[in-house]
Amino acid sequence: MSGRAPGALETIGASPPPRRRRPGSLVWWIVFILGFLYFFLPLLGTFAFSMRSQPLFSAYAVVVDDPQFARTLLYSFVVGLITILVSIVLIVPTAYWVRLRLPRLRPYIEFITLLPFVIPPIILVFGLLRSYSGGPLPLAGSDTGSDVLLVAAYVVLSFPYMYRAVDTGLRSIDVRSLTEASQSLGAGWFTILVRVIFPNLRVSLLSGAFLTLAIVVGEFTIATFLGRPAFGPYISLLGGNKAYEPAAVSLISFGLTWIAMGVIGLVGRGSRSRIQVAGAH
Amino acid sequence: MTASPSLIAQGAPPARHERRFGWAWLGVVPFLVFAVAFLVLPTVYLLVNSLTDSAGNPTLGNYAHLSEPNLADAYWASIEISLVTAIGGGIFGFLLAYAVIAGGLPSFLRSALTTFCGVASNFAGVPLALAFTFTLGASGILTPFIKALGLSLNIYSKTSLELAYLYFQFPLMVLIIAPAIDGLKRDWREAAENMGASSFQYWRHVAFPILLPSLLGTIILLFGNAFGAQATAYQLSGGTINIVTIAITRQIRGDVANDPGVGYALAIGMVVIMGVSIAAYTFLQRRSERWLR
Repeated sequence: MSGRAPGALETIGASPPPRRRRPGSLVWWIVFILGFLYFFLPLLGTFAFSMRSQPLFSAYAVVVDDPQFARTLLYSFVVGLITILVSIVLIVPTAYWVRLRLPRLRPYIEFITLLPFVIPPIILVFGLLRSYSGGPLPLAGSDTGSDVLLVAAYVVLSFPYMYRAVDTGLRSIDVRSLTEASQSLGAGWFTILVRVIFPNLRVSLLSGAFLTLAIVVGEFTIATFLGRPAFGPYISLLGGNKAYEPAAVSLISFGLTWIAMGVIGLVGRGSRSRIQVAGAH
Repeated sequence: MTASPSLIAQGAPPARHERRFGWAWLGVVPFLVFAVAFLVLPTVYLLVNSLTDSAGNPTLGNYAHLSEPNLADAYWASIEISLVTAIGGGIFGFLLAYAVIAGGLPSFLRSALTTFCGVASNFAGVPLALAFTFTLGASGILTPFIKALGLSLNIYSKTSLELAYLYFQFPLMVLIIAPAIDGLKRDWREAAENMGASSFQYWRHVAFPILLPSLLGTIILLFGNAFGAQATAYQLSGGTINIVTIAITRQIRGDVANDPGVGYALAIGMVVIMGVSIAAYTFLQRRSERWLR
């Protein structure tokens, strides 16, 4: 999916003529307006529903005052941050090392990072629960163990996005020359990774990180089965018990996703990396 | 990660990827251990247990249970929902992407659409289901209008679920197909026009064949995207709709008086379908990259 800019082959010097813009035909406007309505009607509906509670905005006030709201959101946020950290520590050195020393392993590593697309969250958590309920590592039996499993599952979910982001980032820098230059100045591997490679990957890492955050903070399936007090299960529970508050929380959650995506757009501006797409549905 | 071997001596040739493997492979061990522990092992556990009966003997009996009406229905419903939303979302997403890229609409609409698609394709699961409930459910905001039109929509039905899935399906299509539409070079259309081709002939013989692998591939990706979805369906239907992910949910909860082997077989059956679709996607994506670079 390396989307190169169109017209990359055009001869240098001959400035390309501007894309001939025919006036938008009615059909394309209709398509766009249909899409626009599809996007906004559910949001509008949710907003209108949340406004049915009296006085105005009281649904939002109730939600924000609910200690569970802050607690679960904070929990999910912290889990998200730990996930990002673990994911970076696992992926960056691996991708770097594969590019530098083990290019023949690259397809295999890439294959592993794409496996989460084949094994959806529901299957992953099923396997984790059964594998770690008994046996030598009964992680699912304790709260701390379940936290570990939750982070591990989220790190796995982040593999496709993180690896792709890091690999794209590494492609745009001359890993070999940077490494050799650092080595000739006396740097060890740790120094090279932390002080040379990481800073060069800042943009890729940030977009991968925020994408991971967007997936993790509202995630429902895995958090529910591991019995974690996370934001996704909280919204679901609220949806079953309350009338207007769930509408308010849904919109807040939408706003949070928007912020995460906005940051990715801001960070990635001017670079090739685009918003990528996630999948924790 | 690895304990650093001594620095390369000055003047030594750059470390090419050595023929002899040496100790270099140690650098990927942490990643591999993690992937095996939390991704491969759990899946293999499901696979092995799907192939053994409760006494621990090898059997294919668990898979035979998948033909029981209830479970077969779940598979068919999942496949139907995924197909409908993949094809519907795929076609509409393509038209939408084409409209803002080449349809002559003001160019700021494109960046607005891209941003929104990034958000919408990630806005899924519980909040999405709730948003649809508040809009189209029993006391939803749009429900009176739908009733006034003489229509009715049951929020627990497949149709409602499909409408909700489309909310993340076609934005995903827009995001993935946009670079492919960008890749259609203006020269190709001009060349076709210079040779007297009509717009239809250009599409029939040039643009469509070039876009076809991308289109098909992305539609397959959308299929997998819908097939694996659990949270949206669970929240929207209250766990009542009979699709594979919900059937597995019941198995994990132990809600059904079935032997656990069936749950494992259900899960592996799902992995197989996902695997085939992702493999097809990867294959088609490679083909399309030949033209669109």
